[in-house]
Amino acid sequence: MSVAVSPPGEASPAAAGRNPAAQILIRRHRVRWWEPLPWIVGIAFYFAAPDYLGFGCDLLVTILFALSLDLALGYAGIITLGHGAFFGVGAYAVGMLATYNIWTEPITSLFIAAAVAGAIGFLSGLVLLRTTGLTLLMLTLCTMTLLYEAANMAAAYTGGFDGLLSLPIGPVFGVFEFNPLYANTQYLFALGVLFVCFLLVRMLVYSPFGQSLIGIRENILRMHAIGSPVRRRLIVCYTISAALAGVAGALSAQTTAFVNLAALGLDRSATVFIVLILGGYGRLYGAFIGAIVYLALEHFLAQVYPTAWQLGLGLLLVLISLFARNGILGLGDTLWQRFGPRRAAP
Amino acid sequence: MNAVADIAGIVLGGLAAGTVLFIVSVGLSVTMGLMGFVNLAHGAFAMFGGYIIILAMNRAQYSFPVALVMGFFGTAALSVALERLLYRRLYRAGELDQVLFTIGLIFIFIAAITIVIGSETQNLQLPPYLGGQLNLGIVQYRTYSIFLIVVGLLIALGIWFAFERTRIGGQIRATVDNRRMAESLGIDVDRLFTITFAFGSGMAGIGGGLGAEFLGLDPQYPLKYLVYFLIAVSVGGLGSVIGVYYASLILGVLDFVLTLYLPKGGTIFIYALTILILLARPQGLLGRKGL
Repeated sequence: MSVAVSPPGEASPAAAGRNPAAQILIRRHRVRWWEPLPWIVGIAFYFAAPDYLGFGCDLLVTILFALSLDLALGYAGIITLGHGAFFGVGAYAVGMLATYNIWTEPITSLFIAAAVAGAIGFLSGLVLLRTTGLTLLMLTLCTMTLLYEAANMAAAYTGGFDGLLSLPIGPVFGVFEFNPLYANTQYLFALGVLFVCFLLVRMLVYSPFGQSLIGIRENILRMHAIGSPVRRRLIVCYTISAALAGVAGALSAQTTAFVNLAALGLDRSATVFIVLILGGYGRLYGAFIGAIVYLALEHFLAQVYPTAWQLGLGLLLVLISLFARNGILGLGDTLWQRFGPRRAAP
Repeated sequence: MNAVADIAGIVLGGLAAGTVLFIVSVGLSVTMGLMGFVNLAHGAFAMFGGYIIILAMNRAQYSFPVALVMGFFGTAALSVALERLLYRRLYRAGELDQVLFTIGLIFIFIAAITIVIGSETQNLQLPPYLGGQLNLGIVQYRTYSIFLIVVGLLIALGIWFAFERTRIGGQIRATVDNRRMAESLGIDVDRLFTITFAFGSGMAGIGGGLGAEFLGLDPQYPLKYLVYFLIAVSVGGLGSVIGVYYASLILGVLDFVLTLYLPKGGTIFIYALTILILLARPQGLLGRKGL
């Protein structure tokens, strides 16, 4: 990406539009022709595979969770193994509100879950984001395990290891009931929530705020040097990411009508980490590709032969980390650059 | 008198568990300190060594000391092969790729052990001279735990001595402190790293075997105790043998006390304490440098 400095005396908006750097920034967030495709596929799936809508819900929740992680890990470069903390908090917020019949309306519940998870993200980010590297990795991991043990300890309220089952979730808009046997409503609801959250994330990452996050990821010293409020940006990003993870957790609790300790476990965090990196981090659609590939393989292979699935997954991760540093989408990019149509040099 | 015996029993049990944790984690601390490589698969080496030791004893009828030696060299050999073939390629990669790579390695180990040996828990059959009780004057305690504590202390002293008094130890300390400077002084960091990696993995293998008696040994081992290994290393401090020794012992005793008196969620205090320590000292208790 070449960045030209605009010559003096050309500061008018029209001139800024002609500046190559401004052109790139303007063009970045334009909707590309293929961007509606995932949503068309999402709606087509509803009609094409009515027997797999439960699996579809799982997929949508995983995409949303991976998307929230992408904001923190992919864009801002906050390496966390404990993102499940926020997923679990969101899930338990909705689960406990529903179990004790305090609040069952699904849409407002999502906002409550986002607020609770965001608050915890803000508080922990305030303290944890002073550190980097292995310390940060450990601190996020410990925070999650702490919440796990806390939920285990407060078994009287959280149901302990068995969790909260058969959550009563109110109808969407007061009309559409969640049927535990047929996941039609759940699927469309999850698709809608994912769409709204995706728009939010897309807007964020193409905004100047998102650009500064990428700057922090690429060279934190330089961002400090140019006077960017690095820590504040990181905390804001972490809070938003936590809130979105909370929404994903809440959505998971609503669509499956249960929540248990697995929501806060290391497995869940490791899985979403793998999903994101498998698809390609820091590129918005990596979460989609990664979740589809991972869950499809898991759903159809793991049932047949779980050990082979684990072996295959391990080999896949090793190969990706060694040869395809940017996941499936990164691999696609490389192939496209090598074999795709040549663009004329600008 | 009884209370004293109780307290002594708890402390001894905790120290024995902490010793095992130390033997497994010490290599991780040194290799992470040297290369800054986030090796989450360290526990997999411990598991591998543990399986060699237990299978050598149970199936091939080797004696306990011989099996330990086999475990050490078997694990060290495997780790050198992996280091030369795979780890080496990722030294300059970001933490993200290293984490992903080592998680993948854990899965491969788990699946391989499950396929080759099976998913059931393996039991360590202690030789008769380590079974039974030992009278310590104030308290009678299991001979094996006392044996572990003594062995751990000897290992810690041995490694500490090697670190502070030998040429290679000095090279390791120099490299942990400033890798570029050490390289420009002519220290062969690659060779140094291969040696420490092999030694650390071999120790982990011994730890896996020694600890199998009360930690158990099944294919999920590397994931089950991953957080504990990482806590011991990060709280103790990267590249600090004595730091990891103290951190492991404290962790062992705390875990023993908490699971005894607060079996449900009592370990929450361990994580809270870890967070507080790391926030106050991000480099760990006795860390030589930032993580």
